[in-house]
Amino acid sequence: MTVTAPGQAAADAAAARPGAVQGRGPWQLAWERLRRDPVAVASAVTLVVIAVAAVAAPVVAHAVGHGPDDQYSDIGLTPAGLPVGPSRTFLLGTDNLGRDLLVRILYGARISLLVGVLATLLATVAGVVVGLAAGYLGGVVDVVLARFMDMVLSFPYLLLAIALVSVFGSSLTISMLVIAFFSWAAIGRVVRGQALSIREKEYVEASWSVGSGALRVMFVDILPNLLAPVLVLATLLVPAAIVFEATLSFLGLGVPPPTPTWGGMLSDSLAFYQVAWWFPLFPGLALLATTLAFNLLGDSVRDALDPTAGRVTEGGGG
Amino acid sequence: MTRRAGVSDEVLLRLDGVVKHFPVGHGLFGGRDADAVHAVDGVSLEVHRGETLGLVGETGSGKSTLARCATRLHTLTAGRVVFDGHDISTLSRSELRPYRRQLQMVFQDPYGSLNPHRRVGSIIGDPLAVHGVAAGGPRRRRVQELMELVGLNPEHYNRFPAEFSGGQRQRVGVARALALRPRLIVCDEPVSALDVSIRAQILNLLADLQRELDLTYLFISHDLSVVRQVSDRVAVMYLGKLAEVAPAAELYSRPRHPYVAALLSAVPVADPDLADRRERIILAGDPPSPIHPPAGCRFHPRCPKARPRCLEVEPPLVPRAGDGAAHPTACHFPVEPGENLAREAGSAA
Amino acid sequence: MVRFLVRRVLFGLLVLWIVSGAVFVLFFVAPHDPARLIAGRLATPQTVALVNHRLGLDRPLPDQYASFIWRLLHGDLGYSYYSSAPVRQLLASRLPVTASLALGGAVLWLVAGIGLGVAAARRPRSLVDRGGAVLMLAGLSMPTFLVGLLLIYFLFFRLHLVGITVFPPGGYVPLTQDPAGWAQHLVLPWVTLAAVTAATYSRLTRSSMLEVLGEDYIRTARSKGLSEDRVVYRHGLRSALTPVVTLLGIDLATLLGGVIVTEQVFGLPGLGQLAWQSVTTQDLPLIIGTVLVASAFIVVANLLVDLGYALLDPRVRPS
Repeated sequence: MTVTAPGQAAADAAAARPGAVQGRGPWQLAWERLRRDPVAVASAVTLVVIAVAAVAAPVVAHAVGHGPDDQYSDIGLTPAGLPVGPSRTFLLGTDNLGRDLLVRILYGARISLLVGVLATLLATVAGVVVGLAAGYLGGVVDVVLARFMDMVLSFPYLLLAIALVSVFGSSLTISMLVIAFFSWAAIGRVVRGQALSIREKEYVEASWSVGSGALRVMFVDILPNLLAPVLVLATLLVPAAIVFEATLSFLGLGVPPPTPTWGGMLSDSLAFYQVAWWFPLFPGLALLATTLAFNLLGDSVRDALDPTAGRVTEGGGG
Repeated sequence: MTRRAGVSDEVLLRLDGVVKHFPVGHGLFGGRDADAVHAVDGVSLEVHRGETLGLVGETGSGKSTLARCATRLHTLTAGRVVFDGHDISTLSRSELRPYRRQLQMVFQDPYGSLNPHRRVGSIIGDPLAVHGVAAGGPRRRRVQELMELVGLNPEHYNRFPAEFSGGQRQRVGVARALALRPRLIVCDEPVSALDVSIRAQILNLLADLQRELDLTYLFISHDLSVVRQVSDRVAVMYLGKLAEVAPAAELYSRPRHPYVAALLSAVPVADPDLADRRERIILAGDPPSPIHPPAGCRFHPRCPKARPRCLEVEPPLVPRAGDGAAHPTACHFPVEPGENLAREAGSAA
Repeated sequence: MVRFLVRRVLFGLLVLWIVSGAVFVLFFVAPHDPARLIAGRLATPQTVALVNHRLGLDRPLPDQYASFIWRLLHGDLGYSYYSSAPVRQLLASRLPVTASLALGGAVLWLVAGIGLGVAAARRPRSLVDRGGAVLMLAGLSMPTFLVGLLLIYFLFFRLHLVGITVFPPGGYVPLTQDPAGWAQHLVLPWVTLAAVTAATYSRLTRSSMLEVLGEDYIRTARSKGLSEDRVVYRHGLRSALTPVVTLLGIDLATLLGGVIVTEQVFGLPGLGQLAWQSVTTQDLPLIIGTVLVASAFIVVANLLVDLGYALLDPRVRPS
């Protein structure tokens, strides 16, 4: 015996279409919204281009015949020893040591993207684990972890980053670890807050009443529901990490020379901007384009996941 | 009085002096509590196999807390919960697991009780997965059977909750509760969040399922008319304690506790003449705080019949003069037949 | 209330203690030799040992730490290895520079940010709104040094070429000495700071404003016949500014600890540059001093913000 609800009729008609009963969850809906957002598409394309260019750096270097560390003191510098401007040989000009700027920028992209993405990934994983544990387990665990996160967030981070790097030496790994260390707490705090509020939801109670254990509830019920804000935060943390790395390189504390970094190039260009406008311009543009694209993408992701303006919510009944 | 067929004498769930306090406030580093919310302050109840026991109370009466104590979603501050002869009062979560197969719950909020990121098939099949009862094909088939049982289209197995209406979602909740063939289901305000027109459908569904599957219900609600429809017996809670327990018909025709009488006088009545003639008992004041319940009878600050004794001595829940053993009331001066409380309280005619 | 205050103060002190301890430990874990740095590359081992002894670096670790804590509790931050001056004095001399920079920049970004934010909230989805959003993202995307560089290039260099020397490329003139010079040297740094920060404030103001303007009491004010300006500024802005004030507190505190990059780019002798210098010269007392001061600012700011919240909104008061 069944008691069929009236709204079923329309639903059944829709079900008659083949493949129509797959159902579209919150992620699929967000994805569709993202796909239709021109800004998101443009930023994503830009980032893909930059990523491809970074990966293809050796190819380009081979094509123009200049390595990233090759100093062409004869053709790459003016008789006075200053950088030469964009030309057929050096598409974007040279730097103060006669090195091909284009090739250096592409190799620099590798560093920026690598550090930015990996550091953020590391920070996100750490933040999610800690935040989830703190929010879900509560009690002493929560107090300790939350206090710890507060403490990390109270550090004057650039200062300590400088101290850490100068103590342990500068390298790719150190840069990544330092940046990750100062970013994870931001994610952890958000995750903890989310976990605390999701924990009060009835579907979590329902899972308990069915007999689910802590791990299952954490990963099946709580985690998927907090991924959205984490994703937005992470997408916005990547450009911050890239800027952080550039700042470290600018101060001479990033990946050590001669490895090309955008921050390092900008730092070197300080003394030459009056006579070589391309020297700071192109690395600066590359940095700006990358971070801007990530920020725009992050904004679009946030809009796609939470379109609050003028959305009609479902009503009760049926 | 006649008992509905299917209801037996056997006690399936017994609550014995259940107390649940929630600490409020903390010390310098999260230590002892200064105050506590006395959500449930000593409730004893029996639910017989096959019956529907309605539990009524206003907000803050502790009924939802009691429901969660009964299903051990909360730990008890004091008292015992005995299910099918087994004392489950102090069991750990893993020890409780096997009992969860027989003791299930349906929740109030159709929008909040289903994980928006899971497909309904997965939600309904969750109990089966957790207890390792079935997997893969057999599980899917069982879920689809359940969906049909509650009136949902089994082909919607892969849909997300957002694609269903409120009433349909509640059916999903019911299906989930039924998955492990439980014996007792605690329904916590299952229709309060639904449109009035849909309520009847869900209530009918619950009634049909009870008959078909030999279920026992503990039905929580704040809505007297809903409770009347479904219950064999009714218990009324006030501020953490029971005020009155009686078979449904008796409670509605001859309430003894002034609080219950006042509640019943406020229930809307369809016949306009009857409504005009009836006098509403207006209670003075707001419900007091559960952190500092009044001394003596908890209802005395609002009771139109309050006498000095009520401020000092807490009335026990026992049958009063003229009532059977099945109809205890916690009041020193219960409402007598023919008494018009409205006159005493100040009424709105 | 008092308990809450005490708890927060204790926690703040704990943070400071841990931070100082961490720096201390870090310094001794790392390969370092300040004695050598001071003595010079050509110094003999005996000279280095002598310097080491003078600095007290040959004493056992716990010993050094104990005396460090002892002096700290007396307000003595020690002597800088490098400059042989009391740390406290060094910090105090640099503070006005950083403070001028931070506060001036703050005024600028508050005016720009809040102004833009309110304008955007009043006309959602308009050109002002969308333009503001783009500006914000641009601001967020640019590292401070880049903005500084651009400003130096365009407002100093290019103008210089044309003969206008309004904006100097760096250096600092104390306020007490020459107010006009002080301002002139600080304009570009202020704009640099503001450019990066204003955007965040404008978006925050905008979203906060939008929320507040949707409230019922605003609707009431409008229906009373008040002018839109009055409604927005007098009634709406007050509540909308709470999150902004919170952020301002934290930001200022962070900045007061030293605006390393901006000071570097513009050659301002502030706390940031001091911190930078202390690290490159492995000047432990100075490192600890700057880190402690910076952390102290942040801790105090957090405390004030929490206190402010508790005072403003009794609901928030922790029980």
